[in-house]
Amino acid sequence: MSEDYTIIRTKDLTKAYGSKVAVNHLNLSIKKGEIFGLLGPNGAGKTTTILMLLGLTEPTLGSAAIDRHDCTRDSLQVKRITGYLPDNVGFYGDMTGRENLRFTARLNGVPEGEIDGRIDQLLERVGMTYAGNQKTSTYSKGMRQRLGIADVLMKDPEVIIMDEPTLGLDPEGMREFLQLIKQLSVEDGRTVLVSSHQLYQIQQICDRVGIFVGGNLIASGKINELGRKIVSEGHYVLEIEVEPCDDRFLGFIGTLDGVKKVSKEGDRFIIESDRDLRKQITEFLGVNHYTLLHLRQKGGDLDEIYRVYFEQAEKEEANHVKSGKEHGSRKKV
Amino acid sequence: MSSPVKSTAAEKKSEAGTKRQTSDNRAWFGMKPKKEKGLDAVKEKVDSVVEKMEPQKDPEEEAAAEERRQVRYHSLDALYKKELADHICSKRLVIILVIVAALSIASVYGALTGIKSAMDAAASGKGDSFDTTFMFLKLYTTSGNSIPSYMSLIALIGPFIGLILGFDAINSEKSNGTLNRLVSQPIYRDSIIVGKFLASATLITVMVFATGIAVGAAGFLFSGIKPDGEQITRVLIYLIYTIVYICFWLAMSMLFSVFTRHAATSALASIALWLFFAIFMSLLAGIIADGVYPVSTEYQQAVNALKNANLNTGLNRISPYYLYSEAASIIMNPAARAINAVSYAQLVGAISGYLSLGQSLLLVWPHLVGLLALTFVSFEISYVGFMRQEIRGN
Repeated sequence: MSEDYTIIRTKDLTKAYGSKVAVNHLNLSIKKGEIFGLLGPNGAGKTTTILMLLGLTEPTLGSAAIDRHDCTRDSLQVKRITGYLPDNVGFYGDMTGRENLRFTARLNGVPEGEIDGRIDQLLERVGMTYAGNQKTSTYSKGMRQRLGIADVLMKDPEVIIMDEPTLGLDPEGMREFLQLIKQLSVEDGRTVLVSSHQLYQIQQICDRVGIFVGGNLIASGKINELGRKIVSEGHYVLEIEVEPCDDRFLGFIGTLDGVKKVSKEGDRFIIESDRDLRKQITEFLGVNHYTLLHLRQKGGDLDEIYRVYFEQAEKEEANHVKSGKEHGSRKKV
Repeated sequence: MSSPVKSTAAEKKSEAGTKRQTSDNRAWFGMKPKKEKGLDAVKEKVDSVVEKMEPQKDPEEEAAAEERRQVRYHSLDALYKKELADHICSKRLVIILVIVAALSIASVYGALTGIKSAMDAAASGKGDSFDTTFMFLKLYTTSGNSIPSYMSLIALIGPFIGLILGFDAINSEKSNGTLNRLVSQPIYRDSIIVGKFLASATLITVMVFATGIAVGAAGFLFSGIKPDGEQITRVLIYLIYTIVYICFWLAMSMLFSVFTRHAATSALASIALWLFFAIFMSLLAGIIADGVYPVSTEYQQAVNALKNANLNTGLNRISPYYLYSEAASIIMNPAARAINAVSYAQLVGAISGYLSLGQSLLLVWPHLVGLLALTFVSFEISYVGFMRQEIRGN
């Protein structure tokens, strides 16, 4: 039962700043214990969504609830069970890591006698015991993120929301940090919502992702499902490198049915088509004595998913703008 | 790594256990009347009568209200203590202490030399006769050796203390990224701004009383001028006015810190306002008064002089600097009998003497109300602004 329990649910959540719609009728449901990745480019409305979930800004329309508590009206209760690691988290630089955590503990009403034990435990958990007595102004970005996790865990939250947590971390730090996030979900059974525009990193740890562009959630689901969906919708991208790379080969590709776009990337051709061309191409290459150096059918990975959905969204946006303009001009008439 | 993880899991379990317990308790409280109803018919009647008489209280709602009170208390307490500790450990406190110490020492020295030269002059018959009543208050009001009196120095420099404590209260937390972490904690948002204001106000109170009393004590030590009860009361009232005055500047600088993005902007804005009120306001008031009621010709003087003076003081009183200075001069100088322009006709038959403490206060209590109102209005604007602001990462 607990597995299927929807802990975060938004219903037609909308936020408009003046005429600019930052989040547009967002319907999201996140199950207890899963890691959900909210993906999208900068300015897609991810942070605004998070702020509404925490009751830090009021939605223009619709509602959101975490564990059945309304995020706007009952935000205190929501904040009690939800930990938030903001984008670019900051600490009081004059205070040590421990002092910062102690302050958070007091704000959360942790009994005075338990605070020190909790701090030790949390610092140990995020691997920051060695730096607990240093002032946080001396911390690196990675250390601050780790302390941020400890800070979030101080209230022992059921839901953890992270805004661009991997931004500015070095690869090693990133790997360890993602591991830590994974632990929070797998070992503690906490629900994690991660917003990011860095696809590859998030791909490694998310159970499900939602792709967010221009305030609209354009797709959501498991990563491999999204990949399959793209393929079934007829998006094929073939990466190919042949020797010799001459005009005859290019001409042949032009004669194939279903080719939508051919572009060159270094020595490789990128062929976009609406069907699988591998068989035809390899046959042609074999008969005409070409050497195949590289052949890869792209698709199914998040990068591809992202790109395809982005293009769709952009097209829709363009259509929208166009129709809007027509509409406007008609009005004037 | 595994052992701490296990312990957190265990801890979580135990916490879940306590949660369940409390909810069980609630259920039990809710059930209680029902059980008794089943057991005792008489009691049921009594209960129903009592229920009708007493407004119904939902135990769960009460518990929630109690919890809200708890949250408000412990979060405000934590924020207040942290802000106070921050101020006390900060470098800006050193700056403030240096300013205040320099100001106090200089003014005591100035007052002592000023009093001495006036007495010498009176003794040698060159100057006016020297009035020795309320000598203790003169420690605060006398200038000498071209050093202004303690009173006028505080009026001029005091705002700076408030500005230093408040100018970056909100916007520095915003730019450090600590504010969005703070507002995502289970606390009421107003505790943040109220806690900050109270912590700074506490510091101001301690400082004003400490320096005010130190100045009196030093003066007493070096001159042997003994205060009496009324003079001490006047000094204490004066110090309370000073606290309110400096708190106004605190509220003002916090207002700027809520509505500007950079600490430098809010610092400059509040310093600009301070200079405007301290220096330019009186010039501006004079220009406006002369423009509206010109007094350049003799005829105009005869007709407009009183109106001109009234408009001038009226405009000046918009400035908290003027308001405070005027109030302080009345409190600390019992010989001052009026704050408005007085005509010769009004002075006919007046017996020269000192105002009693009550009468002095009667003259200046509107000033206190005015200063308090200004403080509350600026704090209220920043409060509302802060509550409505959307706080996101930089």
